Amino acid sequence: MHILLVEDDPTVRSFVFKGLKEAGHNVDQADNGKDGLYLAISEKYDIIILDRMLPGGIDGLNILETLRGQKNNTPVLLLSALSEVDDRVDGLRAGGDDYVTKPFAFSELLARVEALGRRGNADAAPETTITVGDLKLDLLTRDVQRDGQKIDLQPREFRLLEFLARHAGQVVTRTMLLEKVWDYHFDPQTNVIDVHVSRLRQKVDKPFKTSIIHTVRNAGYILRTPQD
Amino acid sequence: MAQERHHEADITASQKKRAFHVRKGRWPIRSAGLNFALAYGVIFLISAALFLSFIWWSSNNLLDNHVRAFIETDAQELREHWNYGGPPALSDAIEERLEQNVDDDALYLLIDRYGRRLAGNLPGWPASITRINHFYEITIRRYSFTTPAEFKAYNLTHGYKLIIGHDIRGRYLLGTVITRTLIWCAVMIALLAFGGAWVVRDLFRRMVGSIARTASAVASGDLSHRIALTGSETDLVAEPVNTMLDRINRLMEGVRQVSNAIAHDLRTPITRARNQLEDALSSANSTEALRSAVDKAICDLDHITGIFEALLRIAQIEAGSRRSAFTMVDVNDLLSNMAELYEASAEDAGLKLVLDVSPLPALHGDERMLQQALANLLDNAIKFSPAGSELTLSAHPVLAITPKGHAASTPTGIEISVRDHGPGMNKEDILRAHERFFRAESARHTPGSGLGLSLVQAVTGLHHGKLTLTQANPGLKVTLFLPLTPAASHPHALTDPVQNHD
Repeated sequence: MHILLVEDDPTVRSFVFKGLKEAGHNVDQADNGKDGLYLAISEKYDIIILDRMLPGGIDGLNILETLRGQKNNTPVLLLSALSEVDDRVDGLRAGGDDYVTKPFAFSELLARVEALGRRGNADAAPETTITVGDLKLDLLTRDVQRDGQKIDLQPREFRLLEFLARHAGQVVTRTMLLEKVWDYHFDPQTNVIDVHVSRLRQKVDKPFKTSIIHTVRNAGYILRTPQD
Repeated sequence: MAQERHHEADITASQKKRAFHVRKGRWPIRSAGLNFALAYGVIFLISAALFLSFIWWSSNNLLDNHVRAFIETDAQELREHWNYGGPPALSDAIEERLEQNVDDDALYLLIDRYGRRLAGNLPGWPASITRINHFYEITIRRYSFTTPAEFKAYNLTHGYKLIIGHDIRGRYLLGTVITRTLIWCAVMIALLAFGGAWVVRDLFRRMVGSIARTASAVASGDLSHRIALTGSETDLVAEPVNTMLDRINRLMEGVRQVSNAIAHDLRTPITRARNQLEDALSSANSTEALRSAVDKAICDLDHITGIFEALLRIAQIEAGSRRSAFTMVDVNDLLSNMAELYEASAEDAGLKLVLDVSPLPALHGDERMLQQALANLLDNAIKFSPAGSELTLSAHPVLAITPKGHAASTPTGIEISVRDHGPGMNKEDILRAHERFFRAESARHTPGSGLGLSLVQAVTGLHHGKLTLTQANPGLKVTLFLPLTPAASHPHALTDPVQNHD
């Protein structure tokens, strides 16, 4: 993906830059709002990572508002040290697509960036079924089949599997699952998400020869077919 | 930069000018006490002047009427003398009256048809008296001085004419007395006003002084100082200021507690992370060891971040700024979703999560904060429950008790409780449970930051509710009372948050 990174702190910028490069992305960077805005307007990006607090009079929200004002719908991920709920709401209201607070784990950022990039591509065609390898989800009837065998899932389990399947081949973090599947924005101390995923595995993986839901250490989960 | 400063200078100059201008156009006396007294003095003076004017006017009227009545009766009597004996009898009567007139204020003149003076003490017919039977007030010359007098002329038979008059010097004397009184009044009122001004000013100063002393004591850092309540009107200011100071004090206490806690509880994981990294730097001899050390350090840093976020969130909630996010919350929905999320964790820990929820009215609140509070309570309950036990999430509407002792039909609030069968807490721990970073002795070995209940407490406070911890033997029961309207809240909800009800 072609990614623009606007971040003023050199350490954070080079850390994210390096990580994204290693993940196989093509990254442009800017260390202030003016350059960031210039690049964001003049180039075509798949995703823009914006720090909220930027030097030079133009901050992340200004850039975001300018872009949205020009009907530019490039997915934007806001990166900020402002973690308060209201700040998050402000960012999302201004047209941001996701919000990551500092300090963050790179795996979390990467997972969210890739999820956003994927979403950008899949916007056009509304799907009615999702197929990943031998797993098949019917979004209308809520039927799940694997290897031709029907699997009975609770509504929440279905949504969890659906989210994993929509992001098949990508890492999804626990926080992402809590936010997108449960719509919760707090930090649970116990392993609530792990337990739900492990329950899902009992139904989706255990009766079959191969597993498709995998744990990624220090990051989260990934749904992928054995041949990937 | 220089330009900016110049601009600033401009602003201050124009501000000064404006201030000067305002002061010039304004009343020059700044002391409220003095102004007060002056206003009083002026009001006194005006009322005294009005009062004395009325006295002056009414006594004048009285005197006038008296004089006129005297003249009329005198004329009546003299006319009888005239009727009885003609000019000689009248002349005699006039002369007699003049002799008997001790005050020397009676004036008479009797003339014949040729204008010759027959009797009386007036030297001649005053030129200004032209009409008969009409009262005149004329200044005449008597002996060596001039004096005002009231006259009336009468026609007698055969062309004789009579003037009866009365010297009304007395009225002028009265006028002088009243004027003098007025002047004395003014002087005395001025003296009283100035004296009063000092007294009032002193009074004002003393009233304001107590507030000022407290304010400056607080400004210099002594937050325990309070304005003494005197029962006077200053209490109208003093009471809210004292309440404000109490609140500031509480907030400051919170800040102090937090900074102490930060010093204590953040240093520990920071130290741990630092030591691990330092140790790895000097003694790790394999990439594996280095990785594991760094991994542990990252874990510690994440823990620190978690504590930070929790602290910030508590501070933010306690500042009360989050009420902007209040909406109508479907509590039934919230609870069943929460139970659904945690049911799996409970089962995983070998626990049974029992949901005991009645249909609940919607609550005006912050849904996310309520979720967070419930999550903390459930996290705790799961953490401290022994395997195989049961934990209960229950919620019921709370009905108001009417004065007659019956439950009203409309609920005033919602009571949500989480009960576990864990070790519970002893009385002392329950009292301290809401303190930041407090962890009961029995909880030392479990992971956690000691901020969970503080956050629940803050969220409860945000909703004007009340958090209660009860020893359930075995286990602990944590109850949240959330009023449907803030008015129904417990009066001590904020000041006395955690109570022991066993």
